[in-house]
Amino acid sequence: MSDDLYDPPDRPLEPTNVQPLDGMEASDAIRDEVRMDPSGGSVGAVTSGGLWRTVGREVVRKKSAIIGMALLSVLLLLAVFAPIIAPYPPDQVLFDEGVSPRDPPCIHLFGCPEDQPQHILGIDGNGRDYFARIVYGSRVSLLAAFAAVLFAVVWGTLIGLVSGFFGGWTDNVLMRIMDVLLSFPSLLLAIAVVTVLGPGLINSILAIAIVTIPQYARIVRSSVLSIREQEYVSADQALGVSRWRLLIHRIFPNTLTPLIVIATLGIATAVLEIASLSFLGLGVQPPTPEWGSMLAAERNQVFTAPHLVFFAGLMIMWNVLGFNLLGDGLRDAIDPRLGR
Amino acid sequence: MGRFLLRRFISSIPVIIGIVALVFALARMIPGDPCRAALGERATDEICDAYNERYGLNDPIYVQFGIYMKDVATGDLGESFRFGVPVTELLIERLPTTIELAAAALLLAVIVGVPLGIISGSRHNSKTDVVTMVGANIGVSMPVFWLGLMLQYVFAVFLRDTPLALPPSGKLAAGLIPVPFYEVWHLPVNGLTEFLSEFTMANALVTFQWEVFQSAFVHLILPAVALATIPMAIIARMTRSSLLDVLGLDYVRTARAKGLPERSVILKHALRNAMLPVVTIIGLSFGLLLGGAILTETIFNLAGVGKTLFDAIISRDYTVVQGFTLVVAISFVIVNLLVDLLYTYLDPRVRVS
Amino acid sequence: MTVQASDDPILEISGLETYFFTRDGVVRAVDGVDLTVGKGEILGLVGESGCGKSVTSMSVLRLIQNPGEIVGGSIRFRGESLLDLSEKEMRAIRGDRISMIFQQPVGSLNPVFTAGSQIAEVYEIHEHMTSKESKARADEMLEKVGIPDAERRAKAYPHELSGGMAQRVMIAMALAADPELLIADEPTTALDVTIQAQIIDLMREIRDDLGTSIIIITHDLGVVAEIADRVAVMYAGEIVEEADTKTLFADPKHPYTKGLIGSIPVAGLRREWLDVIPGRVPNLIDLPTGCRFAPRCRAREEAGLTICTEQRPELRTVEGEHTVRCFLYQEEAR
Repeated sequence: MSDDLYDPPDRPLEPTNVQPLDGMEASDAIRDEVRMDPSGGSVGAVTSGGLWRTVGREVVRKKSAIIGMALLSVLLLLAVFAPIIAPYPPDQVLFDEGVSPRDPPCIHLFGCPEDQPQHILGIDGNGRDYFARIVYGSRVSLLAAFAAVLFAVVWGTLIGLVSGFFGGWTDNVLMRIMDVLLSFPSLLLAIAVVTVLGPGLINSILAIAIVTIPQYARIVRSSVLSIREQEYVSADQALGVSRWRLLIHRIFPNTLTPLIVIATLGIATAVLEIASLSFLGLGVQPPTPEWGSMLAAERNQVFTAPHLVFFAGLMIMWNVLGFNLLGDGLRDAIDPRLGR
Repeated sequence: MGRFLLRRFISSIPVIIGIVALVFALARMIPGDPCRAALGERATDEICDAYNERYGLNDPIYVQFGIYMKDVATGDLGESFRFGVPVTELLIERLPTTIELAAAALLLAVIVGVPLGIISGSRHNSKTDVVTMVGANIGVSMPVFWLGLMLQYVFAVFLRDTPLALPPSGKLAAGLIPVPFYEVWHLPVNGLTEFLSEFTMANALVTFQWEVFQSAFVHLILPAVALATIPMAIIARMTRSSLLDVLGLDYVRTARAKGLPERSVILKHALRNAMLPVVTIIGLSFGLLLGGAILTETIFNLAGVGKTLFDAIISRDYTVVQGFTLVVAISFVIVNLLVDLLYTYLDPRVRVS
Repeated sequence: MTVQASDDPILEISGLETYFFTRDGVVRAVDGVDLTVGKGEILGLVGESGCGKSVTSMSVLRLIQNPGEIVGGSIRFRGESLLDLSEKEMRAIRGDRISMIFQQPVGSLNPVFTAGSQIAEVYEIHEHMTSKESKARADEMLEKVGIPDAERRAKAYPHELSGGMAQRVMIAMALAADPELLIADEPTTALDVTIQAQIIDLMREIRDDLGTSIIIITHDLGVVAEIADRVAVMYAGEIVEEADTKTLFADPKHPYTKGLIGSIPVAGLRREWLDVIPGRVPNLIDLPTGCRFAPRCRAREEAGLTICTEQRPELRTVEGEHTVRCFLYQEEAR
């Protein structure tokens, strides 16, 4: 019985959830998935379009998204209403009020005598109200992370679209450059870039953006490659639609769905990296309040005044967790097959 | 498979060249005059002219790059401006510390993360599952440096006089000087033996220096835990989601229909397939570990590649910056190559191509 | 055909109800199904996608998982009630006394294990053989199902096999422990037509030589006509007609069955329009009251029956062994 003569082999299966595409090895495809979703969930296949209403409904159902949004709303409130919430301006040195550096917290509700000025979280090493700096720190965190991701998404998408759509040498060269960037551990590369550009908030935002561009470029490129093969694109081409129109009107909208999930999770990573850079002294410069640099400033006092270290770090975690949960919820809502 | 390996290797060559070029470029672009950075106040114009001449800093950039490439290929990474010793010597001294730390962290992350992921995945939506995933979510969101500092506080201050106390910094207890194995065994002293002897724990183990071993071990715990947390959470999540993916596939249904006990279905049939993406994750985690090492070594005061690299960046010691960054990036490439190899070995479907 | 008429049916399903409790509602996938399979008999279970035929077979082996659950009815295998067995006892039955093969044979085999080892596994668990013995038996089995060069093929991985070959491997795996009942869920659907014929022949051989009873589940009436002794037609979770194959094709009673048979394009027969059944399968959460096929039933319109949308018809004998669930054949409707 000669099966092989008549029976073409079934299409070989790809490893679990991942669809390796032209020229990519299976493990490359998995790497992309994880880079994009560092929390380790599974991004899954590109879904076409996005029925935003259905997605919106699904998102609200997801507990993780709701908790994420709650966490982020708190931060947003802190950021927007900082001048009202914070009892003092963040860089006001308070020595003349009779406080000394690293004074412990004084909360009137919990028994601190009324004649002493209230400082909910105490005073930092430079005589400033710690709570106020925490509150104002939310502004830097949210804005900086958002800016970094926005920049990276815009450029990454452009590169990915061009690379995937036009292929050939452009694709080759661009992807090789991306590969080189991806061979560096991201924090290391960010540090290197900041060192070249000089320390500062804008430069660290730029550095982080540059470091993350390759990830977005690759994911958008994958999207483009898979969509390009779809029949509705061939149909359009047969009708004589120009390549640019195809790119902008057909292909790009379909890359948006996974991109939004990835970008949300990317903001979480960006928050961590900005905090790390600031911790190392390469990011935000004094006196701007930022949680990472606040942590660094009090680092040597961890044994005597741990609260100064604890709360700054807690806020970073709060921020990152919020975006991670939101990103998870979005991902689950968009592709319910993966909803776990 | 040999052909696959060759193909992969060849395609990484342009990447490696690109890495060398990028490192070179970045190092050259760091603002600040290396001469003045190295010599400080003693640097006058004449001294600096001679300095630049000596280090070839006046040559056109492409000549410098060419020389650099040649040097790298022959293993000459230049001399540290700050320490005045060859970069390779610094590397030999400090790389083992980082490797020990990263290896310990990776081991911890895998040993804890994978089983957690399996348990979670096989008990989908149960209480265990939810708790573990909440934990993983939190773990993935914690800044390494914060965790390190908090651990220091808890174990060195809060638990100070309890048996759980752990030292908050350093590699060994003060005053404890380990004897390198080549001295104990009367072996020749060269780069390799020096390098190997810097693996403090291994060195102490094979030469039976128990006190040293115990001290090194105890000092490694906190930094390893701090560094391991994020990769652990990622590995746990990935194992779980991969397992859940696989459990929904047809062949798992077949395994059950064959009458296999659920334990066999999960551990034998599902896991072999589910672990494939996890292997790739472990390779990627290496990058996280290297980045995290910079932060961890700074906090715990360990003289490893991370801390040295960072200090070099601050002090404009750019041969060290170049050399160390190069080594880090290339080892990352090698690790990923190995992971690809492992993946090919494990997955028969990929072997065919 | 060597049908051994026997008094004791191998499998007796009565009143089986398997529901899925989803977030959007309760899906009544199997809603009161009665089926019997005799010894050495081949029963065809026919219906569109989503009618509940796969769920029925999975229920027999108790492979229904969350959020599905068998909520009522009984399944008797050789007189023993399967629903009362412990999980451990059930495992002894799966793969050993009742086996199942599936659609998409390449996907139903574990990609990281060789074909031979997957067959050998059955021997290892159910007959406690050593790995050497089980390997030898596996090779034997591969030959029996018509795979040439069995020893070499046994070392192949599933993705290296063609669809037909893989299905043979699955059949070998299913027959390894010599089961009394083989459930084949769409075994030929994913295969080329010529290969389909070969697999069908193989299955007939199995029944003829080994006396294994077979339930063949399919939406392909051609397959059923080829091999089945009796046919049961399912629609929206219920059996709507049952008869021996010849009778069913010669004299279908239920409008749905008529529609199915009528919509098969016949080569050489010229017609203006392809006869199709209008409408769609009902949502199993939100079932209409009355007959589930009523909304799509042309015969109901033509006969002007109102009872169809008010009451649910029962499965009644029309003549001999031929049963139908339709008010067209029931006196009260008039």
